[in-house]
Amino acid sequence: MTEEQPLLRLHEVEKHFGDFAALKGVSLTLAAGTVTCLVGPSGSGKSTLLRTVNLLETIDGGAVYLRGEMLGFTSRGDHRRPVTKKTKRRQAVNFGMVFQSFNLIPQLTAAQNVALGPVEVLRADRAEARRQAHELLTRVGLADRVDHYPAELSGGQQQRVAIARALAMKPSVLLFDEPTSALDAELVAEVLAVIKELAEEGYTMLIVTHELAFARDIADEVVMMEDGRIIESGPPGQILLNPATERARRFFASVSH
Amino acid sequence: MTVHEPLESGLARDGKTPPHRMPIRDPKRAAHWLSYALGAVVLLLVFRFVALNPHWDWPTIGAWLFSKRVMSGLLNTVVITLVSTAAGLALGLLIAAFRLSNFAVLRAMAAAYVWVVRATPGLVLILFVYFLAALVPTLSLGLPFADPFVEVPTNEVISQFSAAVIGLSAYLGAYSAEIFRGGVLSVHQGQFEACHTLGLSTWRTYTKVVGPQIIRVITPSLANEVVTMFKNTSLVSVIGYVELLTTVQLVYSQNFKTIPMLTVAVIWYLVLTSLAMLGQSRLEKRFGRGFNRRVVTNTASAGPASQGGAA
Repeated sequence: MTEEQPLLRLHEVEKHFGDFAALKGVSLTLAAGTVTCLVGPSGSGKSTLLRTVNLLETIDGGAVYLRGEMLGFTSRGDHRRPVTKKTKRRQAVNFGMVFQSFNLIPQLTAAQNVALGPVEVLRADRAEARRQAHELLTRVGLADRVDHYPAELSGGQQQRVAIARALAMKPSVLLFDEPTSALDAELVAEVLAVIKELAEEGYTMLIVTHELAFARDIADEVVMMEDGRIIESGPPGQILLNPATERARRFFASVSH
Repeated sequence: MTVHEPLESGLARDGKTPPHRMPIRDPKRAAHWLSYALGAVVLLLVFRFVALNPHWDWPTIGAWLFSKRVMSGLLNTVVITLVSTAAGLALGLLIAAFRLSNFAVLRAMAAAYVWVVRATPGLVLILFVYFLAALVPTLSLGLPFADPFVEVPTNEVISQFSAAVIGLSAYLGAYSAEIFRGGVLSVHQGQFEACHTLGLSTWRTYTKVVGPQIIRVITPSLANEVVTMFKNTSLVSVIGYVELLTTVQLVYSQNFKTIPMLTVAVIWYLVLTSLAMLGQSRLEKRFGRGFNRRVVTNTASAGPASQGGAA
């Protein structure tokens, strides 16, 4: 694997919460510049999978590789051990994450939220970081909201600030955890439009979503999860319109109406 | 359907103002007037009680309020409060950090400390520290059962002042640790996750992001503890440290003007408490940013029409 090495590779990832097995050996590869949508019923492990990628959850088996580097662990002779906190932070910033509940910092304005990572972690010049924040907020259509606090913004606007914040760290992969599930119906479109634009710009993205029409529109690959396993994956046309498994067929029938 | 003609014309047929044009006023009901009357009566009673009662002996209060002895007692109270508060809050932070640590031993140590100190009356705590020499004649620094690096007689370290400060800050340390811990628990988990994804270190996560949110939440409870501290300083009278309350007690044991002298102390406690409350409201304003309502100034030129901007 030299040239054909995928950007991100999950290899038989396992995760347990006590007795509950949330991920039962999930393998998945993402090529650079592709969009992968994770779909499936709630509790199937989609969000957990996303969170293991950027080390928000520690995995119990298998491995996640970014450009061939194993994330979260180092090999030591015959075993692996967790990496230091510092290494963990370095690895985590390769991923920009957008949460279902936005998770903006309430006491910081939109621009300060976006500039936080660059200033505190990348050690960027403050003025430069602020300029970049303005640029990113303009890009997501919020040029006139830079000095607003999160509480003064609508849900859709907050989520777009969160996207700008993720972009500010210049991530290799963007992770979206149900980015529109907490939004009113009429605000969903503005957020999806921004995500679609990023996809067209060539960002590599892993998206957990219930918006199947959106998935069909932008995904290169749709992955269906069920009970901690991937049960089906492939191009959206094939998976969503003509699923091979009976379970997938029932799921898509239940959510498309 | 009813006919709405009078409403639409804005004038009723008989020339009276139609209902939809009438101004809206809150009525003053009997209860309002009664409450004003109650306020007036209470004010009058307080005035009679405080100003017209000769037993208050305002001239004596005036004479002692800024006297040298009271001033020096006041100064001692302020100094001991500031030092004990600073040390107590620092200790509280440390213990809270221990209680939230990943290491079970640190968690257990902190829990045990909070348990013991909360169970011990402040007075007992101060007496214990003051009479520590009876328990351990010499204080030493070193490993258990090895020759100590430093060794000093306990009585040289424990003065009335240091006993007071140690006792009071040990007390505040336990209580404020619980307040800090509650503050950390009140922060939404998503805030920590956002910091993780941005690669912020634990230190920066606390100083830049969740710290200000914690301060906002815990300010009322902490202010409570600090105000209590002003008054808890009076406990140190048991070990003979002369602060504000001890000072006035010493004075009235000689001149027998108990009520006026206690009033002098109360007036100063009122002043100190007011200052603390002022500091509290300042903190609440400062850390309420993004939470408190403010007038939003829209640079409205672009407007929401520019939203999304995608194809």
